[in-house]
Amino acid sequence: MSLYDSLRTTLKPGDWLTLLLGTFCVALITLRLWNGELADRAIIRSGGKVFREVPLSRDQQIEVPGPLGTSIITIEKRKARITSDPSPRQYCVRQGWLQQSGEIAICLPNEVSVELTGSTKKYDSLNY
Amino acid sequence: MTASTIKLDTTAEDHHIAKMAAVALGLTVLENAIPSPLPGVKPGLANIVTLIVLARFGWRAAAWVSLLRVLAGSLLFGNFLAPGFFLSLSGALCSLAVLAASMHLPQRWFGPVTHSILAAFAHIAGQMAVVYLWLIPHSGIAYLIPIFATAALVFGTVNGLVAARFMDNGGKPEPEKQA
Repeated sequence: MSLYDSLRTTLKPGDWLTLLLGTFCVALITLRLWNGELADRAIIRSGGKVFREVPLSRDQQIEVPGPLGTSIITIEKRKARITSDPSPRQYCVRQGWLQQSGEIAICLPNEVSVELTGSTKKYDSLNY
Repeated sequence: MTASTIKLDTTAEDHHIAKMAAVALGLTVLENAIPSPLPGVKPGLANIVTLIVLARFGWRAAAWVSLLRVLAGSLLFGNFLAPGFFLSLSGALCSLAVLAASMHLPQRWFGPVTHSILAAFAHIAGQMAVVYLWLIPHSGIAYLIPIFATAALVFGTVNGLVAARFMDNGGKPEPEKQA
């Protein structure tokens, strides 16, 4: 009995369907989770205007003024994050490190944001 | 004076469950000897036993075998109530939940391989949920999901095939060589 025959007798049509759907889902998940390209620039905005645009290659700390106070943005090892911010709920700080192109951390109360971009700008729900 | 003994009345089903759980436990021990590239990626051979018990004796027996295996396995490896134990437990509970639903799929179309694949995905989903909610609450673990999902698909399929072959050969001993 060859492997093919054995597979044909053991697997029912629904099994093939499950196998096919499973493979499809795994492929889809892999593409979605791994396809994010690494970013190489960070765009820092304050009050809706671009405050600075910096490369991720140089480690540095940037202080950005906003209506509530100063937000501190750290760039380290090709990643960026908002290290401290005067906003009450600290959502942007807790978001942690940003690494992939298209990722963005926004401190709404202080009107400061960091967005990472790669060589090609990808569309996301913030574009229209 | 002799110490009083406690006698538990056991049924044939209890004995059978214990036997199957012991087989599953043996496979777990065996499997632990296999080196793994990433913690968490392992074949889950014991689930072959769960699948066979599910097909032959129903969900209740399968749940007993699966949970006894998790409990006894953790005692054996000394990680009872340690994170590893809760990972095994959450995986086992999730796959049992999915098996409870998937066993009602029409048997004409869906066999053990389907059950095995679905249970493997549920297993890894339950474990990732515990990892994320309790152990590593960081979205970075999302990068590992493709690896775990691929492993679940492959090992789920293989385990399902093995279980299916065992069940085929059930009544008739060695059907291939006899002819």
